[in-house]
Amino acid sequence: MPKLIIDGTEIEVADGITLIQACEQVGVEIPRFCYHERLSIAGNCRMCLVEVAGMPKPIASCALGVNDLRPGPNGEPPEIHTKSETVKKAREGVMEFLLINHPLDCPICDQGGECDLQDQAMAFGVDGSRFKENKRAVEDKNIGPLIKTIMTRCIHCTRCVRFMTEVAGVSELGMTGRGEDVEITTYLEQGMTSELSGNVIDLCPVGALTSKPYAFSARPWELRKTESIDVMDAIGANIRIDSRGREIMRFLPRNHDDVNEEWISDKTRFVWDGLRTQRLDQPYIRVRGKLRPATWDEAFAAIAKNIKRGKGKKLAAIAGDLAGAEEMFALKDLMASLGSPNIDCRQDKAAMSPAKGRGSYLFNSGISALDETDAILLIGCDPRTEAATLNARIRRRWRTGQLKVGLVGQETDLTYDHDYIGASPESLKSLIQGKHGFAKVLKAAKQPMIIVGSGALSRGDGSAVMALAAKLAALTGVVNATWNGFNVLHHAASRVAGLDLGFLPAKNGLNTAGILKAAKAGKLDMVFLLGADELDMARLEDTFIVYQGTHGDAGAHRADVILPGSAYTEKSAIYVNTEGRPQMTERAVFPPGEAREDWAIIRALSARLGKPLEYDSLEQLRSAMFAKHSHLAIIDAITADDTFDLKKLGSGTARIGTQSFGRAVPDFYLSNHVARASATMCELSAMKSGDTSKATGTDG
Amino acid sequence: MLKDEDRIFRNLYGFESPGLKAAQKRGAWDGTKKFLANGRDWVIEEVKSSGLRGRGGAGFPTGLKWSFMPKVSDGRPHYLVVNADESEPGTCKDREIMRHDPQLLIEGCLIAGFAMGSNTGYIYIRGEFIRERETLQAAIDEAYAAKLIGKNNQNGWDFDLYLHHGAGAYICGEETALLESLEGKKGQPRLKPPFPANAGLYGAPTTVNNVESIAVVPDILRRGAGWFSGLGRPNNVGTKLFCISGHVNRPCNVEEEMGIPLRELLDRHAGGVRGGWDNILAVIPGGSSVRCLPTDMCQNLHMDFDSLSALRSGLGTAAVIVMDKSTDIIRAIARLSYFYKHESCGQCTPCREGTGWMYRVLDRMARGEAEKREIDMLLEVTYQVEGHTICALGDAAAWPVQGLISHFRHVIEERIDQYSANSKPDGAVREPVAAE
Repeated sequence: MPKLIIDGTEIEVADGITLIQACEQVGVEIPRFCYHERLSIAGNCRMCLVEVAGMPKPIASCALGVNDLRPGPNGEPPEIHTKSETVKKAREGVMEFLLINHPLDCPICDQGGECDLQDQAMAFGVDGSRFKENKRAVEDKNIGPLIKTIMTRCIHCTRCVRFMTEVAGVSELGMTGRGEDVEITTYLEQGMTSELSGNVIDLCPVGALTSKPYAFSARPWELRKTESIDVMDAIGANIRIDSRGREIMRFLPRNHDDVNEEWISDKTRFVWDGLRTQRLDQPYIRVRGKLRPATWDEAFAAIAKNIKRGKGKKLAAIAGDLAGAEEMFALKDLMASLGSPNIDCRQDKAAMSPAKGRGSYLFNSGISALDETDAILLIGCDPRTEAATLNARIRRRWRTGQLKVGLVGQETDLTYDHDYIGASPESLKSLIQGKHGFAKVLKAAKQPMIIVGSGALSRGDGSAVMALAAKLAALTGVVNATWNGFNVLHHAASRVAGLDLGFLPAKNGLNTAGILKAAKAGKLDMVFLLGADELDMARLEDTFIVYQGTHGDAGAHRADVILPGSAYTEKSAIYVNTEGRPQMTERAVFPPGEAREDWAIIRALSARLGKPLEYDSLEQLRSAMFAKHSHLAIIDAITADDTFDLKKLGSGTARIGTQSFGRAVPDFYLSNHVARASATMCELSAMKSGDTSKATGTDG
Repeated sequence: MLKDEDRIFRNLYGFESPGLKAAQKRGAWDGTKKFLANGRDWVIEEVKSSGLRGRGGAGFPTGLKWSFMPKVSDGRPHYLVVNADESEPGTCKDREIMRHDPQLLIEGCLIAGFAMGSNTGYIYIRGEFIRERETLQAAIDEAYAAKLIGKNNQNGWDFDLYLHHGAGAYICGEETALLESLEGKKGQPRLKPPFPANAGLYGAPTTVNNVESIAVVPDILRRGAGWFSGLGRPNNVGTKLFCISGHVNRPCNVEEEMGIPLRELLDRHAGGVRGGWDNILAVIPGGSSVRCLPTDMCQNLHMDFDSLSALRSGLGTAAVIVMDKSTDIIRAIARLSYFYKHESCGQCTPCREGTGWMYRVLDRMARGEAEKREIDMLLEVTYQVEGHTICALGDAAAWPVQGLISHFRHVIEERIDQYSANSKPDGAVREPVAAE
């Protein structure tokens, strides 16, 4: 624990930190451009120079470890000055150098108002320029449809290069050239192929890398900022919604060390144009095969007409991947009051159920435990597409050299080395029998982890796969008194809440497969789709379908009555992430047109059907929900599950299939109805699948 | 003046063969086994007490540098890296060693490797040195064949020596950039600490030495530390290769005693200054990156580390660049400035941006197309670069300009006056000025 004197304040700091962190601890602000807490240290911007007594030159505080500072001859702590004349001069000098070749085009720069260079020039620079020569100009690069480059603005801090190489795991950005001629580039002007590439926009301290879809559309001070939660995957990344008037302008990440740190995936960041297009903004009813606009009354009347009294068993409901807990709770209540046992929140038919304990479907170790684990076995799971930020966290652990990863499932580039074990459940058997070497790795590991992908459980033999995984976990000591490394990785944001709420078939009820089968056979009077689009709609041809949702996607196309609901940015709703962490979205804008909050629609419908639900406001609904499911009330905390029993889970006798594990998310960019409505996502998907016509050229 | 028998590099001019046999006749590899038998501490102590200071420019005591290497390996290998990326304008001493006396270097590598517990050495040679590379490689092969180095060699210390050639970047002569380049990365200096002695090549303890520093070690051991420290002046001892270029009658490389007066050096070995001693305008005493000295400072100048740094210049690599009165000193320094602009790696801000700025201002000043207040501004810019960069290239780019301004400010002012005298009242200039 070295002692330091920073600007006269004596402080004892932890070993291993850098001087810039020590300065922060005493509340001294050190300007910086290249330094970033989550990236390696480059020390190249020289903005963070401080004076250390006894050293001849100013020192870059970001690069100097506090342990490298020597105490004085009589053991007095090293003295650091951050406000001295030398430091002031050094900062002014560096700032002047940064600005001489910077275009100073702030009035037309999208970074204006949230620009580190602008802010720090105000705080630490001088007011004039002595540079009379011509400024350097750099050609802009085309690095894909997401990131707009104005490379003349670049100050070569290399944050973007370090992010792409270290965090995203694709070495596509680099610095070429020397001296004044250095340029940040992708070498071949190809679009970046990482699903985390958008984060370089946040990292860029100047306006060199800005958001292409957001270009020239708003100024930061015009935006209303709403702190919310993302639902593009089951990680529940913390986001900030920036809106202006009725429109969402962009999404930015918020820091949450245990969830997404400060990264978000490109889907999370750029999906906002999908919230503007293809929206259902009024009720529709199908008349003579065609959907026509209708009033709420007409829509409810059409539903009421199709529900025959006493035939509750002929009604069914399926909740989709983006549904909030509140509407699922309300719909479950409604279906129960109508006497229907046929409800399911697992539209992918995954074999998950609270019957075997909450731990059987949670990411039990928690996401932050990835920083400690020393062996991971991925089963039927591609974290890169199912949970990109989580994958980056695995990669970070792997980069320390203390993590070994094994993969059972489709071989893919995970951005880290892994031991490929096999494609089918057969490989699990060989692991259990100890035939494959990775079993030893798991056994030897102190904190091993098994991550079962939701794709592995949505097969016909899902429960058998789960049983095998549990058996393997028991054999290799993945769960012990202090460590539970048995993890299920979801990709649907609504899933854990749905399972927690028991949005599942009641006694003798039909599950998703059963509902589809019964519908095909014409045995159902109504199927209520709560934003469920990932279904085989052909099987619902002959049934009366009510679709409540936000987008004109598969479900709405098939529906007989459409009830326009709210997207996750338009309501306050609870989502439980894959760890079992309840988090709440906030309303940033109002839903379009006639669309209403989802729970309110269900409440109104219940009244029209003569079975009014007992809550009239969101608060009442929530207190009813919390009364039954108390853990949902504790926002941002994981409630431990003590009913989890690995032995019971591994005792299944179901037959195991032989076919290979598939992909839970076949197309990362088009995994839900919001993403499918987004032009940006479609462009990215086309680019990824090889159609590069949109990715090249001189646009942007 | 150095006596012939005190010369270390007896084949500096290539009158004899660089081959192993001829080198052994000149004394190379004589008693090497015995030195190693004396043990590691003896070698380091001997080099320390010889007072040898690094010949690459900074003049850091070589023996002290070696002693920074961990005494016992923690499992990581130790590396010796020889910096043969000699690219400083005016400097051409290592080139001659590698051309004509490579066995001394190889022997020095073995001894230095032994002294720091390293079984592997790398010589990083400048990309442009193609013939030198061939000669040196042939010499290494000869030494291997004669079992002087390599596994189970007759000297009793396993030592592999590899020759790696660079791609011609000046910055790769900076020790940590050299290590990056050797590892196959872009040659950009690393942040220090950690210093190479703790984490250098591939993260292992490494010492980087100049070719000359290594090549003189065998002779120091052969003739004794006392012999070496007896030459030269206090704290600046031994012999030194001087590279004399510019306006002298016979530019040459010569091995001389440290601390020899400049005038004696030029008159005796280089045939004197062109047009006589009084025709001297300025001397850059230690390679392009040190401050130049005007005539009056050259009069009783001793060529060693301490005398020159007392004049705020430096011995550097002892590359003496002589400029007589025909020289346009502003253009000369502007050209050096261009060199540093071109060779800046671009990693850190002050050097990347500052070198280009300094060059452009100087370029205008060389034409007189500047204002007098810009002289002070330029000086301030050099101070903004100096000491604020990751490596010493920023300093090296700033010093020549500082030398120019502190000694030849009047020349710049005259040039500016001359230029403005020729301009029309509206400010336009009669002669067309080419755009840059």
